[in-house]
Amino acid sequence: MKQKLVVIGAGMASGRMLETIFEAGGDFDVTLFNAEARGNYNRLMLSPVLSGEKTYAQIVTHDAEWYEAHGVDCRFGEAVVKIDRANRIVYSNAGGVPYDALVIATGSAPFIIPVPGKDLPGVCTYRDLEDTNAMIAASKPGARAVVIGGGLLGLEAAAGMAARGAEVVVIHLMGHLMERQLDPAAGYLLQKDLESRGIRVHCKGATKAILGEDRVEAVLLEDGTVYPADLVCMAVGIRPEVRLANDAHLEVGRGITVDDQMRTSDPAIFALGECVEHDRQLFGLVAPLYDQAKVLAATLLGQDAAFKPVQTATKLKVTGVDLFSAGDFADAPGREDIVFRDPGRGVYKRLILEGEQLIGAVMYGDTADGAWFFDLIKQGRDVTDLRDTLIFGPAFQGGAQTDPLAAVAALPPEAEICGCNGVCKGRIVTAIQGGANTLDMVRMATKASASCGTCTGLVEQVMALTLGNSFSANANPPMCKCTDHTHEDVRRLIKSMGLKSIPAVMQELGWKTVGGCASCRPALNYYLIADWPLEYTDDRQSRFVNERNHGNIQKDGTYSVVPRMWGGVTTPAELRAIADAADRYAVPMVKVTGGQRIDLLGVKKEDLPAIWSDLNAAGMVSGHAYAKGLRTVKTCVGTDFCRFGTQDSTGLGIKLEKLLWGSWTPAKVKLGVSGCPRNCAEATCKDIGVVCVDSGYEISVAGAAGMDVRETEFLCKVTTEAEVMEVIAAFTQLYRENARYLHRIYKWVAKVGLDWCRAQVEDPANRRALYDRFMLSQSVYQTDPWAELAATPADWAPVADLTLRAAE
Amino acid sequence: MTQFIDIAALDDIPRQGARVVKTMIGCIAVFRTADDQLFALEDRCPHKGGPLSEGIVHGTSVTCPLHAWVFDMNTGQAQGADEGAVHTFPVRLENGRVLLDTTRLARRSAA
Repeated sequence: MKQKLVVIGAGMASGRMLETIFEAGGDFDVTLFNAEARGNYNRLMLSPVLSGEKTYAQIVTHDAEWYEAHGVDCRFGEAVVKIDRANRIVYSNAGGVPYDALVIATGSAPFIIPVPGKDLPGVCTYRDLEDTNAMIAASKPGARAVVIGGGLLGLEAAAGMAARGAEVVVIHLMGHLMERQLDPAAGYLLQKDLESRGIRVHCKGATKAILGEDRVEAVLLEDGTVYPADLVCMAVGIRPEVRLANDAHLEVGRGITVDDQMRTSDPAIFALGECVEHDRQLFGLVAPLYDQAKVLAATLLGQDAAFKPVQTATKLKVTGVDLFSAGDFADAPGREDIVFRDPGRGVYKRLILEGEQLIGAVMYGDTADGAWFFDLIKQGRDVTDLRDTLIFGPAFQGGAQTDPLAAVAALPPEAEICGCNGVCKGRIVTAIQGGANTLDMVRMATKASASCGTCTGLVEQVMALTLGNSFSANANPPMCKCTDHTHEDVRRLIKSMGLKSIPAVMQELGWKTVGGCASCRPALNYYLIADWPLEYTDDRQSRFVNERNHGNIQKDGTYSVVPRMWGGVTTPAELRAIADAADRYAVPMVKVTGGQRIDLLGVKKEDLPAIWSDLNAAGMVSGHAYAKGLRTVKTCVGTDFCRFGTQDSTGLGIKLEKLLWGSWTPAKVKLGVSGCPRNCAEATCKDIGVVCVDSGYEISVAGAAGMDVRETEFLCKVTTEAEVMEVIAAFTQLYRENARYLHRIYKWVAKVGLDWCRAQVEDPANRRALYDRFMLSQSVYQTDPWAELAATPADWAPVADLTLRAAE
Repeated sequence: MTQFIDIAALDDIPRQGARVVKTMIGCIAVFRTADDQLFALEDRCPHKGGPLSEGIVHGTSVTCPLHAWVFDMNTGQAQGADEGAVHTFPVRLENGRVLLDTTRLARRSAA
């Protein structure tokens, strides 16, 4: 008598299993239940159906004839409600079917995030044909769709709807797309590609609610952003569908527990596909599911087989996006990276080695060698001898090492080196032979690399070839060991290429490290803040501790707290509040600073939010005494009290401080305003100084009184306070936009020349434009960090205290 | 025997940042990298005692905020020309929770 095999679920795994059984000539009476009212189709191909590249008919894997030919009793649209293990009967609402062997292949259910509005009409998931059809219907040109989830499925849904003309926004909780399959650099390239197709990507976005009356109208995020939506697709993840197995009291972890033969805790019941858990692992990609299908088919046919999960590779099925990842690509002890970037072509490749073996690969833009790398990963073979040229793929194995100059030497004289200015190699060689023996002289003579600067390296190679040993490249050293670009190049390229995030800079400019270093990260963060005040978001983790914690760290790890005292003027009430705070937090030292304010030294980190709150409550804000930004405006008493004063220097100092406070600059900026040429505020050794005279105000810049001591140099003289404010804000902006990070004003002026600075701020239109850009930045950054950070005191305390526990 | 104790949720620790755990033998800094790797190091630079938890995290390294010594968080070894090391502690992620191995803490306080 034939064995009775009952299968619950007509998905890809069970379909492949039945196929394998029938091909092997297995003789079973098969009953196939499926809750969906149709047979097996290739779920992976729903994305091409959604984008319109395929139809449903083209993705059906088993049609009615196939089922009939193999005598399968199809119960499509009939959901199983109960498994009676004692009597070996499966029940649907239509009645019971006995089994000798039962296969549970219930797959998975999409995870619905529990936010208000999740049940509104117009909210769908991306799992089956119904979902796909709902999205197709909603994706009319001009329709607005929001996809929640920037993983594989969510991005395929987004690309499909965009291809049909919908305006799509992808909201992703994590910092970069497909974070389980891609590292941040590849995630960035993917985001750029999708954005070039008109898909908007919002990373670090947490959905708060789905809004709408009778159907969806918009999605609200935790940060307050609202995206209007005619359709919302939730693609945040799946979880194994285990309800039947639970009800039947089978052993269930996160999925239905199976052994190597795909057998559950009941020897007559098997399971496979996305609903199972094998060796504490769940499965979502198709390759391991097909392996399971083969193993289970063999088990049912009485053959020996064991399921061993293997590494799987990921590819995104979005036409025109070339992406590949395989193996393990997380940073971990003992792992090493080989990274290849070709910013021009948008190519990124990263290989991860552990010991002698290749264990992971992430590729973007050019995935031609993916299969070869994947093979090396699976084989676990020793790649030591391939290592030098490994990243170039199979075509380059065994070739000779290349001379880095050989490629440039091989270029003909008419080959273009500088694309911006159309300069060919021959012209550069002629200029060098004519006596231009530094990069700057070549730039002056030919303009090569004088615009965007990306070809600087090439120009230097031409120089090295032409000059031989007498050429030493780059008197201006690179920014840090992470890059070959100088600070100046990086600043220019950030602007010319429109780079608006740290990953973007690192990718496009070919950073050699993952995540930069403690030297380049704060610099990049500053450059991006200065150049893109509205678009870029300050990255706290790229800030030096003082700017991250808004206090100067002391040698014992405590901090100093300095409230702002505008122009050095305070009140009895402020002084009482400072004294009270000093008492309350047992501040070990209270000191008057050189910048006319009061320093509370030795405050513990966990006390910072509370002391800030107390000072805020008395009307004081952070003095930024720790910042590469505006520090103080030192003043003398001026006309109000002084018998020599010519102008209201105190009042002007306060106005200047209120204008400039909160701005981030390449290095600290200190101002002084003196009411007469006696200069009691010592304005002429400040970064920017104002000396009042009877006829107006003399503005001078580039002083210093630190490691170097310098007197300021005269910039210009103006007649009104309003002009003083405009000139100083404009000059500060000029410095913000052009100087190298950590260069004080005097160092920067020495490089660019005071005449150039003066020409920039003397031209009324240019001065106004600089002033306007400064004010635009202030509209974002002139906020009190204390008020903001004091709101979350828990972030400042230890995250756990184990002192008691360990003492037990 | 290892003794892992739940100390925090993963999201309590900022990416490319750290949080501190107080123990009998001093503070331990628990770091989270850009790609969610976790490391736990003694929060005290061997040079002048700087709090490594306040350093800039780059890749799997951290730079001390006081005098810019760089430590490989995998090994606790100072990098480059500087010589020294900090203790490392096993730490792992389970269901979004950060677990710290406290075996050494117990042993030390008992000794």
